[in-house]
This record gives sequence, C-alpha cells and structure tokens, in this order.
Amino acid sequence: MSQTTSTRSPLRKRSLTKNRLPGWALWAVLAGSVIVGAALSSLAGFHVVTWALFSAVLFVIASYAVTFAVEGRRKAADHLATSLITAAFIVAVLPLISVIWTVLEKGIPGLTYNFLFTSMNGMSGVVDNETVANGTSVLGGAYHAIVGTILITFWATLISVPVGLLTAVYLVEYSKGGALSRGITFFVDVMTGIPSIVAGLFAAAFFGLIFGPSTRTGFVAAVALSVLMIPVVVRSTEEMLKIVPNELREASYALGVRKWRTILKVVVPTAISGIASGVTLAIARVIGETAPILVTAGFVNSINWNVFSGWMTTLPTFIYRQLMNPTSPTNVEPSLQRAWAAALLLIIIVMLLNLVARLIARIFAPKTGR
Amino acid sequence: MSNTLTAGGSKGRTGDKVFSGLALFAGCLILFVLFCVAAFLLWQALPTFSADPADITGGEGFFSYILPIVIGTLIAAAIALLIATPVGVGVALFISHFAPRRLAQGLGYVVDLLAAIPSVVYGAWGMTVLAPALVPVYEWLAENAGWIPIFEGPASQTGKTMLTAGIVLSVMILPIITSLSREIFLQTPKLHEEAALAMGATRWEMIRMAVFPFARPGVISAVMLGLGRALGETMAVAMVLSGGALMASLIKSGNQTIAAEIALNFPEAFGLRLAELIAAGLVLFLITLAVNMVARWIISRHKEFSGAN
Repeated sequence: MSQTTSTRSPLRKRSLTKNRLPGWALWAVLAGSVIVGAALSSLAGFHVVTWALFSAVLFVIASYAVTFAVEGRRKAADHLATSLITAAFIVAVLPLISVIWTVLEKGIPGLTYNFLFTSMNGMSGVVDNETVANGTSVLGGAYHAIVGTILITFWATLISVPVGLLTAVYLVEYSKGGALSRGITFFVDVMTGIPSIVAGLFAAAFFGLIFGPSTRTGFVAAVALSVLMIPVVVRSTEEMLKIVPNELREASYALGVRKWRTILKVVVPTAISGIASGVTLAIARVIGETAPILVTAGFVNSINWNVFSGWMTTLPTFIYRQLMNPTSPTNVEPSLQRAWAAALLLIIIVMLLNLVARLIARIFAPKTGR
Repeated sequence: MSNTLTAGGSKGRTGDKVFSGLALFAGCLILFVLFCVAAFLLWQALPTFSADPADITGGEGFFSYILPIVIGTLIAAAIALLIATPVGVGVALFISHFAPRRLAQGLGYVVDLLAAIPSVVYGAWGMTVLAPALVPVYEWLAENAGWIPIFEGPASQTGKTMLTAGIVLSVMILPIITSLSREIFLQTPKLHEEAALAMGATRWEMIRMAVFPFARPGVISAVMLGLGRALGETMAVAMVLSGGALMASLIKSGNQTIAAEIALNFPEAFGLRLAELIAAGLVLFLITLAVNMVARWIISRHKEFSGAN
C-alpha cells in the first residue's frame, strides 16, 4: 500500500513512515542496555544474575522511552507489554531448566544397575560411612521402592478405572441431565481439587477405623491414590464419550442392538484411544504423589510384594526419606546420590507415561469421518 | 423366529438393567466416597474437640493450635498466587498471541512438562538449589528493607523460609494457571480480535479490549484452581520450609502450613495427636473445598460463552 501512495507523492510516504523506529533501533537499545547493565553490575560486585537482571530492566525502560519519544504513547505501551510478557515467559522457563538440569546432573551418576536392582535391606549408616571412607561406589538402591510404586499404582488403577469408566458412561449415556448427574459432575470437579494429603488421611482414617489405628499397607495407599485418580479418569472419559458421533449409536439401535451392547461394542471402542490416554495421564499424575503414601503405607527398607500386609515404600517416599533422614547422618552424600537417582528415575517414568499417552491418542485415534 | 427374538430380548433386557445399574452405582459411589472423606475425617477428629484444652499441642486448645498454621497456609498460598498469577497469565498470552504460530504448540508442551514433574522433585530442587541461592537475596533484603515487617532480619542462613516455599509453590501452580488461561485466550472470537485490529488498535490494545473482557471469568477460575492446589500442596513446603511459630517475617525460619504439619508429624503420631492432625486435615479439606466450589461455580456461570469447563 505504501508503494502505491509513494508513486503518487513522496511526501505522503514520509508521513506514513515518519513515526516509525527503524528495524535496528531496538537491537541498538538492547546492546546499549547490556553494556550499561554490565557496568552497573560490576559496580556492585559482578555477577551473571545481576548483569542479566539489570540489562533486562534497563532494556524495558529504555525501549519504552525510545518508542515513547519517537512512536507515541500507544506504540510504547504495546512495546512495554510485549517485553513484559516475553519476560514472564523466560521467568517461567528458568525454573524448569534449573530443575531438569539439577536432576540430570545429580541423578545420572547414581543411576546404576546396582541402584535399580538392590534394595536398602541391611543398609545402615555404617555401610555408608565405609563407602565414603573407602571411596567405593554407593551400595543399596531403590528396588524395593520400584516394586512398591508399581504395585500400589497397579492397585490404584484397578480400583479407579472401572469406577471412573462406569461413572462416565452413566453421565454421558444414561443420565438425562437430572439433579443426580449435575451433582456427580459438580462433585467430580470438586474432587479433582482435594489436597493429596487429605486423600491419604481419609484412607488412613477409614482403614484405621476398621482394622485398628495405624493400619498401614500398600492397599491403603492404593485406595488413597484412587480417590485422586477417579475424578481424572471420569473427566477424560466423559470428554471422549461425548465426542463419539450420535449416528454410530443410532445405527446400532436401528439394527436392534441393546443399549448396553451398543455402549460396550460401539461407543467405548470408538473412544478407547482417548480413554486409554486419559488413564495413562491419570497414572502419571498419581505415580509421583508423596504425601498420601507417607501417611498410608509407611516406610521400609526391604522388598515387600504383598500389598495387603506390611509397610511399603514408593519412589517418591524413598526420595523424601533419603533427603530428609539420610541413612548416615554424618556422611549424607550416598543418601543424596540415591535420592537424586530416584528422582531422575521418577521423572523418566512420568515423562514416558506422558509420551505413551500422546502416542496412544494419536495412533489409535478413531476415524470419525470429520 | 419370534420366539428366539423375544427370548433374546429378555436376556438383553437383563443385561441392560445390570449395566445401567452398575453405571448408576459407580456414579453414586463417587458421591458416597466424597461424603465418606468428610465423615471419616470428622469421626476420627472428634476426640480433639472433646479433649481437655491443656492436652492439645500448645496447651491452649484446638483453636489456638490450628489458627497459626491456617494463617501460615494462607500466607504461602498468597505468595504463590502473587507470583504465579501475573507470570502465568503472561506465559499464556505469550503462547496464545505473541509466540510464532509454529513455536506455540511446542511451548504448550513445555508448560505441560512443568506440570508433570512430581512435587517431591520440586521439593528436592527447592531445598538443595533454590534455598541456598536465595540466601544472599534475603540478606540484602534484611539489610536494606528490614524496616518492612515481612523482611525483618536476621535472614535465615539456610534460605529455608516461607518466601522460598512460596516461590516453589508458585512454580508448581504456574502450569495450572497457564494451561487454563491459554485455552480461554485461544477461544476469544477471532472476529472481535480482527475488529479491534482493523480499528487501528495495537496488539496490546486488542488484547486489553477484546481478549481480557472475554477471558476474565475463565482466568479468575484458573487462579482459584491454582489457589486450591497451593493450599493443599504438601511436599514442597514440608521439604523447603524449616517450620516454627507464626511470625510476620518471611525471610526467617518459621511459620508452618497445615499440609506440611500433617506430613511431618503423622508418621510418629498416635492417640490424641493423631486426632489433632486429622482435624487439621479436615480444616484443610473444608478450605480447599470452599475454594474449589467457588471456582467451579464461576466457571459454570460463564460456561455458555467462555467454554472454560
């Protein structure tokens, strides 16, 4: 457009572009503020963090001032908003990078075969002290915690999936928008917000009432986790069942198929990829829970395959215990190494579950013809 | 022929009844479980309320035991919200309106990644990396802003303070606020945005005039859900904060939250102490229940035009 006007009159072009900063202006401001930032930072004892901070603040102020002077108040406000929002994004990404870097840096040395396949049975402070004194590799590992994590999560899934699936089926297929279904929807939403420790307390209180106080087994923990897991399963399944096209149901009814057969043979199979990915995400959510396990399953150092009796350890509680109560109070390094290795393992498991969920959703997505 | 049809039909009818009965049962079970959570907590907490006030921790009855940790919980959640709300909304805007289209989806995954990291890992990171890194900042604050009660010195030498716990909590609730806000920002009617731009609005003015009014209820409920999470988050606070009595200063060791109090003391608790902790859990449950119900109510009130459900 500017070209057509420019061919008509050169003056017109100048009035269109006169209030615009040239493209290099902001880069110049950035370079200037980085240099001044370095100078200011070295006044107060040079440090990379203060340098970056001063430069960023200077850039925001200077670019606002420059655009205000040349382009006017509205453009300046736009620039200011853009810089602040970009800054917000950088601020949000920094902790993520820091967390992942820390876990990788401290976790990789400890993630050995020995760590994965030995338990902490018989590992006392004496062993750790000797390890540090002799400089040998760290003994003891998280095998018992891995076993506990798998068993407790398995039982939690076994409880949550049928209940969650059937509830979603009721909400989508059977309820007619009555008070009961509205109540269930509302309270499922509310349940997603239950603090995990309250779910743990509930399971502990419930089993404490039946089997005597301080009953702590893997199964109690599984019940606590399923309280957290059921609402997630219900929500994701409900969403998936809702997007199954009604034509499929009607075609099935037209062939004389009963409603329950229609649901089992037509509706659920169509939505199964979404349901499976939802369930996987729910597992990924509860597998990292610490607080409910802490109050329901106790803590042990040996392997326990029985969820119905005896205390159990999971990876999160293992990390927590190794960090807060190191096996050897005088030489904490072996415990720290085990804790970070377990943290790395846990993150790998959670990321894999997330990845699997996305793959399931993508590969087995139903062909709805849309 | 008609015989087999009717015979098969009656069998199918039983299946229908059984299946719909099962579905109804599962639905009611959820309501029942939620009711049970409240009922069992109340049942097990009862001894606390009938006990002699002198026997309660602190020796002055349940109310003066629970009040400081309720306030501590609220302080931690308030710090988390103060940091996470502007940053979270900013990140959501960055992804929905500022980032290049091709980058935006990948950035969305990055934020989801932040949500997938278990809380115990955040706790470990907070106590080993963040807390020591913040010590010089706290010392500077105590020196230069010590006249403000919340920055009163001497600063903690370990960095395990309420402010650190609040910062870790804000990192943890950030993905919730971001992902919900992003969904709502993306649902702003394209015509509103284009109309604003066509009138000569800059991008920021367009966001202020078209996106924010549309997304306000959704963002408020996203913040409320983040608040619910921050109130109930246990491990980060239990590991990052070295707790103690209630105090105004955020950069000294001290203060405690309900969830951390329970997690730290439950494994060794028995008898009346157990009942006390369960009563504290009940209080936490009621607070988060109220916050979540308000959030869901806001969402459902604006459901028809915000789609934030």
